[in-house]
Amino acid sequence: MQMRDFVVRFAGEGGQGVVTSAEGLAQSSTQVGYHALTFATFPSQILGGPTWTQARISVDPVLSAGDDVNVLVAFNREAYDTHCEDVLEDGVVIYNSAEFELEGDGRSFGLPFEELAKSTGNNRAANMVIIGALAHLISMPQEHLVSFVEQRFNRGRAEDAEVIRSNIAAMTLGRNHLAESGFSLGELAPPEKPEYQQLMIKGNEAVSIGAMAAGLDFYVGYPISPATPILLYMERNLVGKDRLAYQVSSEIESITAILGAGYAGKRSMTATSGPGVSLMSEGLGLAWIAEIPLVVVNVQRGGPATGLPTKTEQSDLFSCMYPAHGDVKIPIIAAGTVEECFFGAVKAVEWAERYQGPVILLSEMALAERSQNIPKPDLSKIKQAKRKTYTGSNGYLRYAGNELSPMPIPGTPGSYVANGSEHDDMGDTTHLGERHVQMTERRFGKIKLLEEDDFERDQPEHSIAVVTWGGSKGPSFEAYNKLKESGVPVGWYYTMYLNPLPPKMLKELKQKDLVIVPELNYQGQFSSILRSLGVKAESITQYTGLPFKARTLVEKITEMTNVCLKETVGV
Amino acid sequence: MSKKNPEYDFKWCPGCGDFGVRRALELAMIDRMETTGESMHNSVVVAGIGCSGNLVHLLEGEQPYGIHGIHGRSLPIALGVKMARPSLNVVVVAGDGDFLSIGGEHIGPQAARNLDICAVIMDNGVYGLTKGQSSPTTLQGTVTSSTPFGKLETKTNPLELYLTLGVSFVASGFSGQPRPLSQLIRQGMEHRGFSIVHVQSPCTTYNDTFIELKGDLKNGIQPSIWDVPEDHDPSDKNAAHNLLQQGGVPIGVIYNDTNRLSLDQSVENTWEKAQPKTVGQLMGAFEF
Repeated sequence: MQMRDFVVRFAGEGGQGVVTSAEGLAQSSTQVGYHALTFATFPSQILGGPTWTQARISVDPVLSAGDDVNVLVAFNREAYDTHCEDVLEDGVVIYNSAEFELEGDGRSFGLPFEELAKSTGNNRAANMVIIGALAHLISMPQEHLVSFVEQRFNRGRAEDAEVIRSNIAAMTLGRNHLAESGFSLGELAPPEKPEYQQLMIKGNEAVSIGAMAAGLDFYVGYPISPATPILLYMERNLVGKDRLAYQVSSEIESITAILGAGYAGKRSMTATSGPGVSLMSEGLGLAWIAEIPLVVVNVQRGGPATGLPTKTEQSDLFSCMYPAHGDVKIPIIAAGTVEECFFGAVKAVEWAERYQGPVILLSEMALAERSQNIPKPDLSKIKQAKRKTYTGSNGYLRYAGNELSPMPIPGTPGSYVANGSEHDDMGDTTHLGERHVQMTERRFGKIKLLEEDDFERDQPEHSIAVVTWGGSKGPSFEAYNKLKESGVPVGWYYTMYLNPLPPKMLKELKQKDLVIVPELNYQGQFSSILRSLGVKAESITQYTGLPFKARTLVEKITEMTNVCLKETVGV
Repeated sequence: MSKKNPEYDFKWCPGCGDFGVRRALELAMIDRMETTGESMHNSVVVAGIGCSGNLVHLLEGEQPYGIHGIHGRSLPIALGVKMARPSLNVVVVAGDGDFLSIGGEHIGPQAARNLDICAVIMDNGVYGLTKGQSSPTTLQGTVTSSTPFGKLETKTNPLELYLTLGVSFVASGFSGQPRPLSQLIRQGMEHRGFSIVHVQSPCTTYNDTFIELKGDLKNGIQPSIWDVPEDHDPSDKNAAHNLLQQGGVPIGVIYNDTNRLSLDQSVENTWEKAQPKTVGQLMGAFEF
């Protein structure tokens, strides 16, 4: 029987090629028309340390990194010992025989990756040896790999021909060595290449380009895992006249500098992780009260404090929706896929300009470092974000009334004071009770401008629904599809807009007997927000630093559904 | 605000040094308008939190833009404003507590960047708005509301600190001399880079050093302020350090380094190396 899907885990020491092998496999597979997704987890150190990456290759679009491992590529003994139990019974282990030997378990094959690479004259082709071996396991035709190598290394340089030759030789060596072993997993069904153009991209890069597509002008940031790649990407690409990407000396400088730039009329953004958001809380409050557009991207990691800098978690929803003292509730968009990292960033920049205030885009480690093939976004459908600006004469009352008002830009008439103290309509400090009432209502009223009825919905007739958020979307939807197939009576709702929620979606959720919320935190943060809005929500929580497995969710959702149905019938 | 606003109920105490600083800033901005032909709306005043920060609401006449932000962060807010629109004239107004204590971490980075803004610091050696606590520039041993047994720490020397951190223009002024002070602020605005005009601006309620600064010769009190001599070479850093070793409060331009590029100039110099791509081109790198 043909397989539609297979999962390879690469495990070893940082720097051994664990990541490049997984990326190479994913790229070569997407090149020929498969869907691919990689998942990476690193130790928090510069060199070395146990690390692993997983690549899932499929005929169909990939939703999660996969529950089970078909092939383990073990670069050292420790990696083998740690991961061998996750390999399926009929799976295969390829191990680095230059490092250690395994005997007689009937499913392991030793391959001296580096030695074989060296024999081709290209010391850097060890990952190609591995990809060749994997290609044999799933009977991937040689011409697919050859075409991948030719495209990848054809860079218009004199040495291209030699690099291509040695890489193909390395792949062929890997393939031939494994063929001798007699191991095979069967045949991966032929790819069904999508008609549309695609990108193979990581979440952090998708956020960066999405923000630029919406017209981002100004970016500052401070290095922090796992958000640093956004800073680096911006510094190389948000360049030239009237644009700036710049590293500042703390997250306090990040938030206040983008606030200054937002005030001066620029579409401004920073990206950080949980500890940075904690430092930004006062600045976010200032942007809220002074009505200044800006975007903060929080690439979540495990917390609190320094927490788990290189592991994934969804535990910053509370701290981002309510980051500051006083009456504040920040608009939140949470990306659930790499594609949503792009469109979430577009929307975040647009929202900030639309309602003139701070917006937080939530991403997470597992999205940031994930490579995935996505449909190439159609730029002709993306409008540059634009704020209402004031074009009159001096003497303008910037904060008059209870509704959004045009914003004056320094350098043009309309001078006012953007004030972090409670203020009157011209921006001067006031302590009058009625002013605080007016301004508080004005600020909360503006959130209504962001309401959009844009959400996913399936089988809404059921009284129980699965509603997840962020990166748990993939495994949750995979689980939902299995539940639907087996007739478990649950519906599916999903949105990346967490504040404000799409009003129609919220209205329907309020009518459910149970809303099940898979999320990666201890407290059940989203379900508790949903409950505060009148939804009977309960979470499935996990806080291991790793994403959900679809299987776990199938089990737990089934169990919760059964309990709920019994109770309803009992009444 | 350009006219009296009945809702705005903040007042400086009678005799507060900040009145003089406000007048000096107004004069400097008016002079700038007249000499450059630029409108007042090309200036942005970024204020810290404290008595001094209220200056941004109390300016009279034609109004510049203003930000009255959060405690200690006037410098990085100004960084954002200036780098977003380098053609703007950006002025920071803050007190010794805001600038040197909670905001102290931002002075070094702006000095290293040579951010082209002018910071006017009103030093009264005390936290006035919160009613008389000790600040970095309170003298050691002083009894204040927060140091009932006398201040334990030594007094920070702000001018030495600015020189050491590499601020490219350092001037020292006195609130009791608004016209000469306005000239210092005007020079600070004109300087291409990070300028600090550090002003002795006494608090008449909690730390009245007015007589001490100005002197009272009838009663035998020598002034502690003295004019920087005309032959002082402000481009000489050693001379600047020596000036500060002489005691009292020198008034005038202490240091002025005109040889450094400002941050916006350095950024502009990268435009040759930088090759901006369209979003379509950026996506192209990920196509397959």
